[in-house]
Amino acid sequence: MAKTIVQEFTKGLWDEIPPFRLVLGLCPTLAVTKSVENGIGMGLATTFVLLGSNILVSALRNVIPSKVRIACYIVIIATFVTVVELLMQAYTYPLFLTLGIFIPLIVVNCIVLGRAEAFASKNGIAKSMADGLGIGIGFTLALASLGAVREVLGAGTILGIPVFGPSFEPFKFMVEAPGAFVSLGLMLAIMNLAGKK
Amino acid sequence: MREIIRMILILAILTTFSGGLLAAIRGGTKEKIENQQLQFVKGPAIKAILEGASNDPIVDRFKLMDGDVERSFFVGVFDGKANAVALESFGKGYGGDVGVMVGINVDDGKLLGAGVTTHAETPGMGAKAKEDPGFVSQFKGVPIQESYKVTKDGGKIDAISGATITSRAVAAGVTDVAGIYNRLKPQVSEKIKEFNK
Repeated sequence: MAKTIVQEFTKGLWDEIPPFRLVLGLCPTLAVTKSVENGIGMGLATTFVLLGSNILVSALRNVIPSKVRIACYIVIIATFVTVVELLMQAYTYPLFLTLGIFIPLIVVNCIVLGRAEAFASKNGIAKSMADGLGIGIGFTLALASLGAVREVLGAGTILGIPVFGPSFEPFKFMVEAPGAFVSLGLMLAIMNLAGKK
Repeated sequence: MREIIRMILILAILTTFSGGLLAAIRGGTKEKIENQQLQFVKGPAIKAILEGASNDPIVDRFKLMDGDVERSFFVGVFDGKANAVALESFGKGYGGDVGVMVGINVDDGKLLGAGVTTHAETPGMGAKAKEDPGFVSQFKGVPIQESYKVTKDGGKIDAISGATITSRAVAAGVTDVAGIYNRLKPQVSEKIKEFNK
């Protein structure tokens, strides 16, 4: 059953939206979603890496020997991650400081390697582009929504703008690590209920 | 045998391209990143040390060679006269190098103040060196001398309780700055005249 390019793109936004559906890439999901801004920044950085690595892996899929394919994928992914890291340092330095170690850690994000291995190495460039872009934007949306929940409840702001009056007492628990687990669990439950047929 | 050669060749070509690309991007963003770091990491410390300067010390800077090392000097203009410089050095802390920015009054040879720039010290312990202005304020108004030591080592600087190693690192950084300044004093006083307006 061959899917069209549009379907390859849209599946990443709902049917296979990481972290909620694929439940992949949880480490950055839990760590950086303290605010919407961080979530979007992390998501976009990952999208760039996904798009780049999917295109290159797909283009080189007949050249790369299967025995060293993982090593080749890692070289490609690491290159794109370093490019993102340098560009973020040059243009969005404060965001780079908050995301810190999680930017270089995109290298080991299993979404990126997973898409290279499971999709891009078996499909054409156009489809791989659509797949990378879809999954990347899905990841961004997921991080942003999780970040929104945590930021609104934990800090009473959204994108840094206060949404409640001054009488609102921030629910500090939500911006700390346990709050990440709880809100991710609730989001997963909601997604499963919504996706139930 | 042919397969092995093919694997080696492809990996080698891939890594060569990756290395070349990264070197090019690094070269292109180097200056931009340096500016960003100046603004966001060193900037606050420089501004705090050279408080009240009528110029922007981050813009008014010059570089001098100290042996093989290039040092950046930030100029402070007070009452229309450029008579202060700030420069950075490092001391060995608990979690790696601790960056210390030190301001020097060129006229009377006294320290204008010190501030921690980059560090990886333990939060709540060594990290206080950056957060607590009380500790670094001990360097304010002290004449340039051979070395600065914490009281435990027979000096005059009160260490942060629970963070002797970090305190020593800061003192070592200030000592190093004093050494650099003494070595480069003639060049510094020559260069600084250019900023007189």
